[in-house]
Amino acid sequence: MRQRWSTALRARRIAALVAAFGVAVLASGCSGETPQTAFNPRSEYAEQGLSLFVLIIWMGVIVGVIVEAVLIWAAIRYRRRANDALPPQIHGNSIIEVLWTTGPVIVVGYILFVTLPIIFETQAPAPQSAMDVNVVGHQFWWEYQYPEQNVVTASDLHLPVGRTVNLVLKSDDVIHSFWIPALGGKRDAFPSHTNYIWLTPNSTGTFPGQCYQLCGYSHANMRERAIVQSPGDFEAWVAQQQQPAAAPAPGSPEAEGGALFQQRGCAGCHTVAGTPAAGKTGPNLTHFGGRTSVAGSIMDNTPQNVRTWLKDPPTVKPGSIMPNLNLNDHELDVLVAYLESLK
Amino acid sequence: MAVVTAPAAPVEPVAPVGHTDGLVVAPPSIVDPAYQGLWSWLTTVDHKRIGILYGISAATFFVIGGLEALVIRLQLWEPNNTWVSAQMFNSLFTMHATTMIFLAIMPMGLLFFNYLIPLMIGARDVAFPRLNAFSYWTFIMGGILLNLSFLLGGAPDAGWFGYANLTTRTYSPGPGIDFWMIGLQVLGVASLAGALNFFVTIVNMRAPGMGFMRLPIFVWMSLITMILLLLAFPSITVGLILLMFDRFFETNFYSVPHGGDPVLWQHLFWVFGHPEVYILILPAMGIVSEIIPVFSRKPLFGYAVMVYSGIAIGFLAFGVWAHHMFAVGLGPIADAVFASSTMLIAVPTGVKIFNWIATMVHGSVSFKTPMLFAVGFISMFIIGGLSGIMHASPPADLIQHDTYFIVAHIHYVLIGGSIYALMAGVYYWFPKMSGRMMNETLGQWNFWLFTIFFNLTFMPMHWTGLLGMPRRVYTYDADLGVTLLNKASTIGAIGLGVAVLLFLINVIVSLRQGEIASADPWDGATLEWSLPSPPPAYNFAQIPTVHSRDAWWGMKHPERLHLDPIEPASPVGAAPAHATEQAHEVVPTARAGAQAAVIHMPSPSFWPLVVSVGLLITACGVLFVDLLGSVALPIFLVIGLMVMIGGIFGWSYEPA
Repeated sequence: MRQRWSTALRARRIAALVAAFGVAVLASGCSGETPQTAFNPRSEYAEQGLSLFVLIIWMGVIVGVIVEAVLIWAAIRYRRRANDALPPQIHGNSIIEVLWTTGPVIVVGYILFVTLPIIFETQAPAPQSAMDVNVVGHQFWWEYQYPEQNVVTASDLHLPVGRTVNLVLKSDDVIHSFWIPALGGKRDAFPSHTNYIWLTPNSTGTFPGQCYQLCGYSHANMRERAIVQSPGDFEAWVAQQQQPAAAPAPGSPEAEGGALFQQRGCAGCHTVAGTPAAGKTGPNLTHFGGRTSVAGSIMDNTPQNVRTWLKDPPTVKPGSIMPNLNLNDHELDVLVAYLESLK
Repeated sequence: MAVVTAPAAPVEPVAPVGHTDGLVVAPPSIVDPAYQGLWSWLTTVDHKRIGILYGISAATFFVIGGLEALVIRLQLWEPNNTWVSAQMFNSLFTMHATTMIFLAIMPMGLLFFNYLIPLMIGARDVAFPRLNAFSYWTFIMGGILLNLSFLLGGAPDAGWFGYANLTTRTYSPGPGIDFWMIGLQVLGVASLAGALNFFVTIVNMRAPGMGFMRLPIFVWMSLITMILLLLAFPSITVGLILLMFDRFFETNFYSVPHGGDPVLWQHLFWVFGHPEVYILILPAMGIVSEIIPVFSRKPLFGYAVMVYSGIAIGFLAFGVWAHHMFAVGLGPIADAVFASSTMLIAVPTGVKIFNWIATMVHGSVSFKTPMLFAVGFISMFIIGGLSGIMHASPPADLIQHDTYFIVAHIHYVLIGGSIYALMAGVYYWFPKMSGRMMNETLGQWNFWLFTIFFNLTFMPMHWTGLLGMPRRVYTYDADLGVTLLNKASTIGAIGLGVAVLLFLINVIVSLRQGEIASADPWDGATLEWSLPSPPPAYNFAQIPTVHSRDAWWGMKHPERLHLDPIEPASPVGAAPAHATEQAHEVVPTARAGAQAAVIHMPSPSFWPLVVSVGLLITACGVLFVDLLGSVALPIFLVIGLMVMIGGIFGWSYEPA
């Protein structure tokens, strides 16, 4: 008797522990310590997807709690006691079967009823007024092309608040997946066809994301940041991006770095507008100094981090196409100075 | 070949003719006392021995897959950890999943299909015993080939689902993907052969009176599983052949610059992959459906509905595959269709859960270890099933897809579902297979530790995923805020390992010194419990005639019999050829002094092993491509085919 009683008690204790843990963790989701949480919607697209998801979560939790409770009740209520007679040999009940088939049909039917319109709304073509941004996935970084503004950049995705943007997703190599949780549901970036996400950000701020489709060794190291700015700030940023690269003062360490950049092969993979460097394999570095993140957004853009990256890219990012150029300390110093000067 | 222990004792009938704990035992001349030793295992065609071989192999691969998972969890203990390299990590999760699905859960199912199906339907073996052995040896070849990759150039590292075009030669130049590709093809041959075998066995070899609606529910679920296997494997076979041609012969099925499309792979893979998950869960549902009635002392509630639900699940399984592709951009119509079919498949699944609970209601439920795991199955599967419904809605799925939320779902249905049921099955049928009971105290500890640590590992992953941690990442940022959750999961994984160890210890200790089991320790409902523990090589001395569902309950307790409407209420004991209600006591089914019938059992044979080796040789071409170039493939193909054809000739002309 005692053993079976404590079985039920144990089950209830475990359930309570789990529930408490769950509430604690969910609460932490709202506090800003979890920047990639799905529960921080900052666009109408994100809100729509999340509210549908939350509805289904609640329905699932309620159904789950009820069914688990019935199971536990059955286990306790009908546990074998000494001197139990043979139970009634019930084979089934057609009416009950009909009822508990119809019930789930109604529940999933309702979920479908709410889901289907959202599928069609969110996958309708983007509004004509939307600003196009081509998002191109590479192993292991994201490139952004703003065709209307003639701007090409990487890692940081600048967007104006309140303006609808149409992210046109493609990949240059393997399948990647673009997701910034605050801005709404993800889509894969394919080499063979184009996908679209269109959304209107409703808050300024920096919102992180990363690649969500296994794309090679550094899948974990392929990240991005969305920087949503006021319209004025965004226009200022665009204007600056449209300028050619800032030319370093002659004789300065930055100039030495600039020369090294052209000589050591960097120009073969990277573009710096206004210089001979026109490579397309790696990110466009024309305004590298103004970015908040570097190397596929895995690090903040500080001189120390850039130095760590340049010193040995394949170690920082296994599988990186950028090689280790065996730069010595002085070369690293001047290159970092040059790159950070490209505001 | 791994160490194999022979069954507890070779079954020599020691009782005089006409008396035992069950149906009659035939005279000693039927059983060959020399059928022991390594050679007997290599040439066995006895479904019971093949089942045990599958069980031991599956357990071994389960431990390997579990160790791979432990390393994964240790690497993910904290952000920016450097325990294993990015490349090794990708291999680990690829091999963990491939091993668990193809080398652990499916073969564990084959332990039960092999051991139980002939016994439950009143047959002496499967329809094609040598093909059965061939399936086993081929499976072993495939498993070895896959794992050899670790030693020979690198294990596959593009995920168990191997999406093109990451798997093309351009982006995965090493041999890992070749091992994966060829290994899966070899395993596919084993699965297809087994599926055909069991399908024919169930359809053709049922005992007299065992109509389809009197089949044990486990046999029904197995039948549906066989059909799923037969129809699903061709899809991945085609997909893998196209990949093989891309990688070795420079075709462009998946290669984009020349007009190929990676989406083709995804369709071919998931048309297999989704039925595959039902292949993993239906046998588990069958096992649980056998255990719950026995431990509740009442029949399965709604047997017919359970059968129809299983059929519905099997049918719908082929209509939901693109719910794995909601982020691919197939378009709103495709998304809407697959969302609908996926929601629909939840209904028969839910109905089954209600029927299991209803079986317990008004019952007298004993919570011995098999029943603990069976009820645990229901509880955990509810959670896994509900999280599955959450991904059925595409806009909601775009939040969950490729995050740890999906990892949580997968493990609740595969561990909470399949593994719990398989463990329940081991605890339940261990007495029949070995003649000894498993230790009940160890079993209780096993169950509770397993349950606590399983939930500690995977429940946090629901949050980990929604906080933005992707799948298949060897590390994560400290800023993500998922460090504590990952630590909880890692601690849980270690505890889970301890619980699994406890299970293995229980098996080994019980084999040596477990309490001797009677033929029918649980008051079982199905025919295997009418035979000694373990059964003799020929199973039934006399093939029984079946008069009801729950055939053995019907024979033991005819007063509780639920006769079909078409069945006249004829007294069960009237015909001479089977047990009466006094079956436990004395079973004089042959008149004293009458000549016992001769039972002709299939002879052991080494030809299945030869043909398997031939297949392995064919597959080994991939190992030598680095050395000899692509020409290695045709060379080994020819040699291997010669061995296979020679083997098949030997097989065909062998005296029966």
